[in-house]
Amino acid sequence: MANLNVENVELVGVSIAVPKRIVENRDNKNFSEEEIEKFIETTGVERYRYGHHCTSDLCFEAAEKLISELGWDKSEIELLIFVSQTFDYILPNTAPILQDRLGLPKTCISFDMTLGCSGYVYGLSAISSLLNSGKIKKGLLLCGDTPSKIVNPKDKTSAMLFGDAGSATAIQYKNQAKGMNFNLFSDGSGYKAIMIPDGGYRNPLSESSFFENTYEDKVIRNNCNLFLDGMDVFSFGITRPPLAVKELLSNSNISSDEINYFIFHQANLMMNEMIRKKVKITSEKVPYSLRNFGNTSSASIPMTMVSEIKNELRTRQNNLLLCGFGVGLSWGCCLINTSNLIIPDIIEI
Amino acid sequence: MTENYFFEKFLEQFEESDLSQITIDSEFRSIEEWSSMMALVIIAMVDEEFGITITGDDIRKSVTIRDVYNVVAARKTAV
Repeated sequence: MANLNVENVELVGVSIAVPKRIVENRDNKNFSEEEIEKFIETTGVERYRYGHHCTSDLCFEAAEKLISELGWDKSEIELLIFVSQTFDYILPNTAPILQDRLGLPKTCISFDMTLGCSGYVYGLSAISSLLNSGKIKKGLLLCGDTPSKIVNPKDKTSAMLFGDAGSATAIQYKNQAKGMNFNLFSDGSGYKAIMIPDGGYRNPLSESSFFENTYEDKVIRNNCNLFLDGMDVFSFGITRPPLAVKELLSNSNISSDEINYFIFHQANLMMNEMIRKKVKITSEKVPYSLRNFGNTSSASIPMTMVSEIKNELRTRQNNLLLCGFGVGLSWGCCLINTSNLIIPDIIEI
Repeated sequence: MTENYFFEKFLEQFEESDLSQITIDSEFRSIEEWSSMMALVIIAMVDEEFGITITGDDIRKSVTIRDVYNVVAARKTAV
């Protein structure tokens, strides 16, 4: 178990960009009306966004808008971390491309982190740790994914669940700032629970990578598509995240009553509600963006902040407990106090 | 946890199927309503009712309702 307490940093702004195109689950022709209604009831996802953009395009727009609303001088941004599993190229990393595209200085440290649903919390821990010495003053954490590129529309286990989104989060050095508390975990024994088997160097792309296999009724995908073992993910999700949340509260000597919002990765409604009940928190403190945006991978926490509670975050101080969990398996929590965040309205491109 | 109580809770999760012929030794996949989604509902029920986490593998290896009961009972004893 890794517990980190990173002082002298503050989160000052968050933004989100999504494709304009809205996909309504009830319009899906691949599944029966009954299947769709059951799916919506279980997952909470009614619609999501799909586009032709790369994740970096969405993050770029989110970052440009945020930098402009913050009034940041780009020459002072010397750290950029891009967290995504749908990067531009196998190599190079997408972060340096974004550094150049955003007009950030060549003194900027930029690198990718290939994480999914735990990525926002992991990304926050990395960026805040690099900032807290004070040598670098401002950093951007860009998180997101475009599941539209990896999900097979004929696979009922994932077809109607995920949405495209890119986020930008601005963090800066501030002497004496309370900072953030983290606990972070990994369990690689569960790596097969969520994966794309082909296209890396363990299973390089071959002709067979593109053959569509029917695994069961309406579960059709190839080896370059996202595979999700719903049962394994579910039993992981209802056990590990609630324990991590309780542990971070206890380690930080703070009670759940003192937390304004618990912002969980938006996996699916049934799983998230079980987590909420296990941590014993009221529903008012647990916002959901699942209904309108689906599961947006590493963008789901900033998505929920922007789409569901932006006014509360813009106008007052809040104690937030963020919790990400998923592919890896990887999970973690972050306790953070925010004050009058800069949050542009959701950007549609 | 009795066998009967577990069986009762298991069947309660199915709202639309004819369960009159189903016994604890029936194959749960033969229940009309069974689906991958129902598997999640069962995992959730076991967690909520009995405080035990069962995995995808536990469900995959089980054939009858009794098989699932046995997994839960064994894990409950071990706790």
